[in-house]
Amino acid sequence: MIVKRVITGAFITLWSFFVMMPILWALVTSIKPPEAVDIKATFIPFVDFTPTLLGWSNIFGAGGATTNLVPPLFNSIIVTGGAAAISLVLGTISAYGLSRYLFKAGFIRNADIIFFFISQRIMPPIVLSFPFFLMLRNLGLLDTHIGLILVSIGGLMPIVVWLMVDFFNGIPRELDEMATLEGYNPFEAFAKVVLPLAAPGLTVAGMFAVIFGWNDFFYPLVLTFGKVVTLPVAIVTLNATITPYWTLSAAAIFAILPLVAFAFVMERFLSKGSLSGAVR
Amino acid sequence: MATSPTTIGRNFPVVNFLENGHGVTKLYGRLFLMPGLWTLIAIIIFPLFFTIALSFSNWSVANAGFDWVGGRNWSAMTENGRFWSSMVRLLPFAFLTVVIQYVLGFAIAMFSWKGIASGRFFRVLWLIPMMTTPVVMSVVWKSIFQETVGPVNFVLTALGVSPIAWLSSSTPAMFAIIVAEVWQWTPFMFLLLLAGLLSLPKEPFLAASIDGAGPVRTFFKVTLPMMAPVSIGAIIIRLIEASKIFDTIYAMTIGGPGSSTESPSYYIYITGLRNFDLANGATLSLTYLIFFIIVLTVIAQVLGRLAKPKGS
Repeated sequence: MIVKRVITGAFITLWSFFVMMPILWALVTSIKPPEAVDIKATFIPFVDFTPTLLGWSNIFGAGGATTNLVPPLFNSIIVTGGAAAISLVLGTISAYGLSRYLFKAGFIRNADIIFFFISQRIMPPIVLSFPFFLMLRNLGLLDTHIGLILVSIGGLMPIVVWLMVDFFNGIPRELDEMATLEGYNPFEAFAKVVLPLAAPGLTVAGMFAVIFGWNDFFYPLVLTFGKVVTLPVAIVTLNATITPYWTLSAAAIFAILPLVAFAFVMERFLSKGSLSGAVR
Repeated sequence: MATSPTTIGRNFPVVNFLENGHGVTKLYGRLFLMPGLWTLIAIIIFPLFFTIALSFSNWSVANAGFDWVGGRNWSAMTENGRFWSSMVRLLPFAFLTVVIQYVLGFAIAMFSWKGIASGRFFRVLWLIPMMTTPVVMSVVWKSIFQETVGPVNFVLTALGVSPIAWLSSSTPAMFAIIVAEVWQWTPFMFLLLLAGLLSLPKEPFLAASIDGAGPVRTFFKVTLPMMAPVSIGAIIIRLIEASKIFDTIYAMTIGGPGSSTESPSYYIYITGLRNFDLANGATLSLTYLIFFIIVLTVIAQVLGRLAKPKGS
């Protein structure tokens, strides 16, 4: 039916446009000169206005601008990388324990422990922000990388545990058994036999940890004040202090670019990797 | 053989792959589990008790320390009109955003699944919003809804509609926030629903087509019921996240105009960490947490019941 095809085609086109629209708008605005922003909305480069890199040079502290997004970029990389790495290590080891051993404590079983891990994702961050603020202040860790990493682990480890328990459950237990029969102790069996097979799972879990860590805004907002400002906080601060939309848009693109690039690289890696063939 | 897995309780295979006794196995199990578990308990449970203690104190800028004041903050909470209106506002807001996300997410997942737009191009394109930082995109959305030089009002004017005060009047501001949320999180719905659709068995669809069921009938009688478990999971995950909304409001409206777009998270943040009334902030946050858990549990139960007769 032609009508139906037209409707679905229109829907798909509209949706794709809607998805790309904010990013394209920010991209186009980031190369606008001030006069193309301040008077009325303009859309097409070279037709409506002459592109300039003014906004882009502003976010690197050029031309007397006070904004420099390079330190926030490094803060984001350090905090996200640190928190994701620690969460990945601790979460994977715990997930392996939960996948291979049976735990009992009163009415608590493995499923309950797994639910406890996952439920920490449900917790609204605002509930924990007050004690975090006071405790980090008392420890002298407010506005430091370590403080922010510690807090972020609480949000990232549950994701890792959730994904990795399922993944380890998919790896045959006979492998562990064979390894122990060969004379490995359980730690060696885990590190030398199971972990290499879990590489695709680790990639997915690590990817999710990095995405959620990078995109987190609440804790960095509450627990940093200038020294360890992460990219999202830096952009929002810009939003409050300046209205030059060309600079703001350049900053926004700059902040989302690393993660989008990372996602594309990982997606390539995943489709090449042997997600399904790893086990058999 | 000592190495064969046995099944206990919730289908959980017990692996006894060590020959040298149960005590050692137990020890290894604990060594694997405990570092992560204790880290999480230290990071989350201890602070939670701290928050509870805080709610019975009068900790503020003027008075830093645990002075027991009994239930004073709790009775003040019941009379806090601004807090309760933010709680009431959250209900329609969360439902509306999640329903829109679900319907749109399901639609594009169907297109992708049915092969109308199944290419990797569309899949990657439609997932891009999920990779972008929500608060940064909120800043971009704010510039799109900008009232004098923004593109939305430009297009409206070009179409002969009078421009709308998107961010300085309350209903349009709510609408703008919902648009930003739908943009940000529909891809997540899409991802979960597409994964669900791809794992559906083929036979029921064959049976439906043999019985001569049209596409609409097949969708409502076969696809939708079979997708019920995945749908419920996705809806609940999104409801949880939508109820915590903070970033979008912080970047787009700062809760304004007035306090007309404040969410509980935002108002509690203002109380506790802007005005440093930590004791009252802690009380409000616990009240919010309690309601949050109760309402979500009820919703999960109701959705679970609704799905069962259809699925059978």
